[in-house]
Amino acid sequence: MIEIKNISKHYGDHVVLNDISLRFPKGKITSLIGSNGTGKSTLLSIMSRLLVQDNGEVFVNEKKNTDYKSAVLSQHLSILKQFNNIELKLTVKELVSFGRFPYSQGRLSEEDHEKIEETLGFLDLIELQDMYLEALSGGQRQRAYLAMVVAQDTEYILLDEPLNNLDMRHSVQIMKILRKLTEVLGKTIIVVLHDINFASHYSDYIAALKNGRVKYFGKANEIINEDILKDLFGISFCISQSNGKKLCNYFNHFN
Amino acid sequence: MRNNSRNIMLISSLAIVSMVFYLFFSLGNSWEFALHYRGMKLAAIVVVSCSVAYSTVTFQTLTTNRILTPSIMGFESVFMLLQTLLVFIYASESFKAVNNLENFLLSIVCMVGFAFVLYMLIYRKGVRNMYLLLLIGLVLGILLNTLSSFLQLLIDPNNFFIVQGKMFASFSNINQDLLAYALFILGITILLSFRYIKRLNILALGRDQAINLGLNYNKNIRLFLVVIAVLVSVSTALVGPVLFLGLLVSNLTYEILNTYKHEVIIPVCALVTLVVLVGGQFLTEYIFELSTPISTIINFIGGIYFVYLLIRRKKL
Amino acid sequence: MIKALQKVSNKMLFNESTSASGVSSMKGNKLKIRHLLIALLLGASVVSIFVGVADISVFDILTGDADKLFLISASRFPRTISLVLAGIGMSVSGLIMQQLTRNKFVSPTTAGSLDAAQLGLLLGLILIPSAGTLMKGGFAFVFTFAASLLFLKIVDSIRIRNVIFVPLVGLMFGAILNSVATFFAINLNIVQDVNAWMMADFSGVLSGRYEMIYFSLPAVAITYLYANKFTLIGMGEDFSKNLGLNYRFVMNLGLFSVSLTLSAIVLTAGAIPFLGLVVPNLVTMIYGDNIKKVLPEIALFGAIFLLTCDIIGRLVIYPFEIPIGLMVGIVGGAIFLIMLLRRR
Repeated sequence: MIEIKNISKHYGDHVVLNDISLRFPKGKITSLIGSNGTGKSTLLSIMSRLLVQDNGEVFVNEKKNTDYKSAVLSQHLSILKQFNNIELKLTVKELVSFGRFPYSQGRLSEEDHEKIEETLGFLDLIELQDMYLEALSGGQRQRAYLAMVVAQDTEYILLDEPLNNLDMRHSVQIMKILRKLTEVLGKTIIVVLHDINFASHYSDYIAALKNGRVKYFGKANEIINEDILKDLFGISFCISQSNGKKLCNYFNHFN
Repeated sequence: MRNNSRNIMLISSLAIVSMVFYLFFSLGNSWEFALHYRGMKLAAIVVVSCSVAYSTVTFQTLTTNRILTPSIMGFESVFMLLQTLLVFIYASESFKAVNNLENFLLSIVCMVGFAFVLYMLIYRKGVRNMYLLLLIGLVLGILLNTLSSFLQLLIDPNNFFIVQGKMFASFSNINQDLLAYALFILGITILLSFRYIKRLNILALGRDQAINLGLNYNKNIRLFLVVIAVLVSVSTALVGPVLFLGLLVSNLTYEILNTYKHEVIIPVCALVTLVVLVGGQFLTEYIFELSTPISTIINFIGGIYFVYLLIRRKKL
Repeated sequence: MIKALQKVSNKMLFNESTSASGVSSMKGNKLKIRHLLIALLLGASVVSIFVGVADISVFDILTGDADKLFLISASRFPRTISLVLAGIGMSVSGLIMQQLTRNKFVSPTTAGSLDAAQLGLLLGLILIPSAGTLMKGGFAFVFTFAASLLFLKIVDSIRIRNVIFVPLVGLMFGAILNSVATFFAINLNIVQDVNAWMMADFSGVLSGRYEMIYFSLPAVAITYLYANKFTLIGMGEDFSKNLGLNYRFVMNLGLFSVSLTLSAIVLTAGAIPFLGLVVPNLVTMIYGDNIKKVLPEIALFGAIFLLTCDIIGRLVIYPFEIPIGLMVGIVGGAIFLIMLLRRR
């Protein structure tokens, strides 16, 4: 169980998060949505201790995240941020191996090697495993980074806009992997998404942020609603059904 | 990977050959003396190689770039100000007033103290922006340099040569006692810190990834910054400032090695430094016949290489 | 058609930037401050003329004391005017460099320009020992220009988009140029002398030996005329071409005027660190980044700053002088450090 209580964060006079509390359902995908600058990424960074909050607490399995030793916490919770451009000459497999650092501190055991192989298979990276990161396309590189986080084998996985700059095929690929992670491996995934239709189709729950607060939280199907979305984004939506999921059309410039 | 081991073999043998060559090249009649003298120089070169390689590679990893070196943080300015001050105060008596060993230890204390002040300045804010730390160090360095230049204007031209001698690194008059101290400090530092070296592989991924993988980022940055401060101080106090040496050797090492592993990069970089220094020393002694100090040669080559790196390679 | 569109967008951009600070009461205030700055500059200039080892009073001028009038025209006046011009030149050059690189931390000190000018001077001296001031100035100019071009190329190829990274690279670049200069200096055994020139000092400014500094005037004029275009150039090649600007030409013009100003100042007085960094930053912090509007303030403030530092330097250890390079280095460096530490 991952839970946040009364989280606040401000930069100077600008309040980014204002007293937010939320429990994230276990073994499900929860999407964080909202306009630009509503604090989604900030929230994710705070939950993963990359950023220190002004107020409030984050609980991971009923224990405050600050009470964990950093190495232990990273066996429970992992984060993948938006920008990962490092200049290192690393192969895919080497990058994925880094995911085992919390367990091995750099000395890979037999179990670690198994996990790495398993992950490479899970994310369909076997063929690419000896390629250098710089030689990969954007979609492949994103998958390699995701693989590192998967190899970290944590109950909770936080992802900050994993679909950023990906084309449709690669976006769908990543989202399918996320579904598989929850359904097959039982992971709890919290993901910041900008495409409302990906949120609608692939997540179980949606938390919508507005003005530094969680304005709406519920099952994906309940949140995808004309009035709610209009309130969140300030434009009107036309929602239809397709394959039992809701499809939002907001390309309504002309009416 | 095969390429790597071949290159490592190559650089190791090159290091050994150059050392042997340097030791025995046209020894002459008083070979016992010459051998002892050259051995001392070689030992100093080894100390500097290890500290420059370790400190530069670590520094570049912490700052996630390949064109900065720890000397830009102002260590060398502190060293020069101290040397200038000593000559300014004691004039030609400065050697008597402060002997070599005292000078050596005083230099180390001042430089490490400077580093300490620097970290304190940004400690409150945490180490969120490494570049800020560097720029502050650099500005302080320029300030100290201006002060040194001013004092140097006031120094009697005859005594100025004492200062000038300190401005440029030299392996030629190495003091046996200093060498022993330097070796001791270097040994202790490496011994204490080398088991943490694999953390550098993680730190190289950047702050966010390092924290995600469970490293205490601030603590580790501080740990390695202390290591860097000590190593740079030892090498500078022993032979003097070598501004671009680190830049040159670290990038050469990245060129010949195809790995991210610091436990490999750093030792290989030390070997590369050794080859460069022995080669440079050889040039100074036999080609330039001691008219040009080794550090100017290295600065010159290193500087050209730096500009080449900036212009040629898109990756910075 | 496209050209017309570009013109329109061009116009819009400029109008927007002028109307941004167009509130009339603000304007009145600004005018008042400008008047105040001018008054301060005049005051500081007068003080600067009357401070020195030989006592000169207003009375001497009125009675027409020949010796003292000569002193004023040969030494005091040239010194004051070159201080004013150097102050204006350094701070305006800093501003242009910041505009061209779109980086607040770039300045003659942090881009290697001062080191390049010094290297040029030194080489001029070595290669043509009999060279006149103009020739030496020419060397300094060529080197400064080349170094600025190189630095811009470097900035272009830097991928780490951290504002602080650029000046770090610039300082490294300067250190290289410096080490080349040292290489020559040590071989000629003139390290201490070179050190002495490099430390900016206006005490040697005498009539007949300072006139080079007037070369900075046309450069400053160019800056004023092209201020808006420099801002656009800084947004990048594609951006400025889209607006129909001749990118290369304007860029080179900017570098030309910076190089001219800097080499004139270095030749007359020496390197003045931090001035081009601190003054534009302080002024734009208060007045915003509309270059055309703040340029006069920056120029005035730069001159006042330098004059004041000079007067203090002359008084602190009277009858000796602290070289202005040291004074400005300490004051400017301290201000810059405070700016850095207060940054969020």
